[in-house]
Amino acid sequence: MYVSPIREPLIRGQKTYKKITQDIAAPIEGKPGKAWYAGIALTGSALLFGLAMIGYTIWEGIGTWGLNKTIGWGWGITNFVWWIGIGHAGTFISAILLLFRQKWRTSINRSAEAMTLFAVICAGLFPLIHMGRPLLAFFVFPYPNTRGLWVNFNSPLLWDVFAISTYFTVSLLFWYVGLIPDIGTIRDRVKSKLKKWIYGLLSFGWTGSAKHWQRHESISLILAGLAAPLVLSVHSIVSMDFATSVIPGWHTTIFPPYFVSGAIFSGFAMVLTLLIITRKVLNLENYITVGHVESMNKIIIATGSIVGIAYLTELFMAWYSGVEYEQYAFMNRATGPYWWAYWIMMSCNVISPQLLWFKKLRRSLVFTFILSIFINIGMWFERFVIIVTSLHRDYLPSSWEMYKPTIVEVGIFIGTLGLFFTLFLLFIRVFPVIAIAEVKGVLKSSGEKNPKSDKN
Amino acid sequence: MANNYTFTRKTQYWIMSIVGIGILLLIVGYFINTPSRQELWTNILINNLFFLFIALFGGVFQALHKIAYSGWHTALQRIPEALTSFLPIAAALMFLLYFGMHDLYHWSHEGLHDPILEGKAAYLNIPFFFIRMAVYFLGWIGLTYLLRKNSLQQDTISDLRYYRRGKFLAAIFMVFFALSSSAMSWDWIMSIDGHWFSTLFGWFVFIGLFEIGIATIILMISFLKIKGYLEFINKEHIHDMGKYLFAFSIFWMYLWFSQYLLIWYSHIPEETAYFAPRLHDFTILFFTILVLNFVIPFFGLMTRNSKRNLKWLTVMAIVVLCGQWLNIYMLVIPGTIGKTAQIGVVEIGFVCLYLGGFLYVVFSSLAKAPLLSKNDPLLEESFHYET
Repeated sequence: MYVSPIREPLIRGQKTYKKITQDIAAPIEGKPGKAWYAGIALTGSALLFGLAMIGYTIWEGIGTWGLNKTIGWGWGITNFVWWIGIGHAGTFISAILLLFRQKWRTSINRSAEAMTLFAVICAGLFPLIHMGRPLLAFFVFPYPNTRGLWVNFNSPLLWDVFAISTYFTVSLLFWYVGLIPDIGTIRDRVKSKLKKWIYGLLSFGWTGSAKHWQRHESISLILAGLAAPLVLSVHSIVSMDFATSVIPGWHTTIFPPYFVSGAIFSGFAMVLTLLIITRKVLNLENYITVGHVESMNKIIIATGSIVGIAYLTELFMAWYSGVEYEQYAFMNRATGPYWWAYWIMMSCNVISPQLLWFKKLRRSLVFTFILSIFINIGMWFERFVIIVTSLHRDYLPSSWEMYKPTIVEVGIFIGTLGLFFTLFLLFIRVFPVIAIAEVKGVLKSSGEKNPKSDKN
Repeated sequence: MANNYTFTRKTQYWIMSIVGIGILLLIVGYFINTPSRQELWTNILINNLFFLFIALFGGVFQALHKIAYSGWHTALQRIPEALTSFLPIAAALMFLLYFGMHDLYHWSHEGLHDPILEGKAAYLNIPFFFIRMAVYFLGWIGLTYLLRKNSLQQDTISDLRYYRRGKFLAAIFMVFFALSSSAMSWDWIMSIDGHWFSTLFGWFVFIGLFEIGIATIILMISFLKIKGYLEFINKEHIHDMGKYLFAFSIFWMYLWFSQYLLIWYSHIPEETAYFAPRLHDFTILFFTILVLNFVIPFFGLMTRNSKRNLKWLTVMAIVVLCGQWLNIYMLVIPGTIGKTAQIGVVEIGFVCLYLGGFLYVVFSSLAKAPLLSKNDPLLEESFHYET
């Protein structure tokens, strides 16, 4: 395999295979630093606060939220869509970038896939709590039952159940299958007997024989094939929760592809937020290089611009349609009582990513980090704008309402943030953050060359 | 083998025969059943769009791969470049619509007393329609011309400057195309059904354009290979083109389905009015389009070997091209001629006429430069890559 010399190396610092294993396994073998304890204390308390608020909601009922008759979906569904979207970067990296032979994915796929799982867990909580009686959640699964009831197959909410459970299953399998050879590596390195036994169990008896590798490769390919359509299907179905209705601002045909693009956009923003810190703290700068950050920034500007075009298309079509309600819905978004949410969304999602056209900014870690936070905020507001501003003006002016979240809803959101980051912090202590075996696969073609050995 | 394509007399003769058949069919069609003005203009619009899409895709293919730092496509470079040479003629043909506006676009009539169309008059009026048309074509022709020029200059001097400029031009082209392709589909296609609107429409048309372009490039490769050129194009390149055809036929279906499902589900009369005549008056065609654009390429290209077999891929590309032509036909016809429309001698005659002209322009352009570009820093990657 030939790689043009003008391409930037993907692995810096003239690494050997042995060095790669040592570098990536180091965080698991060493003791966690103070920063880690401080981090987990913070995220853990956020999680506990969230759990308390979830408990309160279940005990008292949904009435503890700020919802009312007109605005039946508020923060809960906003958070649900936001978290689901964040998960998309992982699937995109593991499936679509694999199909496009993007070698730089090898350094980031493991952590992005882990992030997908954690984000989907956070997302899944919200419909569950929103049901009011989560103990009856199994009612959403279609199976012959003594109640004599079937689920409503016409409802996009049910399609969500299928889409998301499939998504979670495939992502989990894909992530775990990728982990097996690396768990084998860790098993062979850990000293304590107990750890060896646990990692041994988790590695399914991986020996690294040719036969094992062959099976590993073929199952990975099949799972990648299954994951590719999931990138599109999951968020398309989430968008249909809105778009199949007849509510102005919700019912628009561009929603499925536009939601998918927005999901990848927000997902990459979260990957950048996490990895810019992780690479620094775990000394992985040679593996997650500035070049990787730049590539991710390019995906951000591509997907962000697609989202921008979708916003403009919606605006134009609202005018062009000549439908009074459509036109009002969009005017109201931009100039009504929630104008601030609309303009936060516009400036964070459409205007600020355009700065990435400058190469200097694309390669600046500080700028990228700040921008990624902006996008996280912007994409949250996108869902808030879509849900709340479309609902709060009903067809009947007598039903017009305003929505304000209560501390309970805010607390649950903070709780899911806590859950997400807690899981991520645990993950970096237990499993290799970078796919060791996959990075080794690109070392020969894309590693930084030793200037001395080139002369020979 | 020669690195330069020679546009032989024999090929020219064949192309002229296609044109000749086209003219003959049109004459026959004229005597059998004289087509109305509206039928003539509809045929012109459909073929204008179809061949414009192929030419435009030449620009999209180059730009997309350049900004993605792709290496594999560099050996193919000259084919999409040649496709864009048809753009000036496509522009001239599109401006002909000035004489057929009233036969195609209901909104162009005076004194309609239609409040919905009056509401759109700020956008849908004849002067602005042609101003926009001029802007789109200026951008497309200008940028593809610069891309081509840059690529030819790179052949003469080995300098990274051209590589960088190519990427810069490609980025501008992509931005311009992203905005103009949606607007063009609203102007030229969606406004035929003046009352109807769909936000997804522009992207749906774009994916069709992508499929048309990929299928055409596959056919060009196939033709040049048969003639003994392009020995540097190997199975891996073919495989990648096959993957594109396969993947984007799924993507096309995805967008088609998204649009249809959401309109069907919400059941708002203003929106379903678009699909009702298509489904009820053109039932067979309606489903044929789905079979040709999705079912056949999906099952036909699923296995690895099918994508690596150029002969089979050629068959699939022809199927998709037919399917996409019918798709454009379906976008245009119900809003213009309506249920009495038929595909007959005149329609085939027009396709032959356009096809002959298109091939003549593209092959003349292809013969002007070596088939393999030189000095691209990523070119070497295109010869050694594995899938």
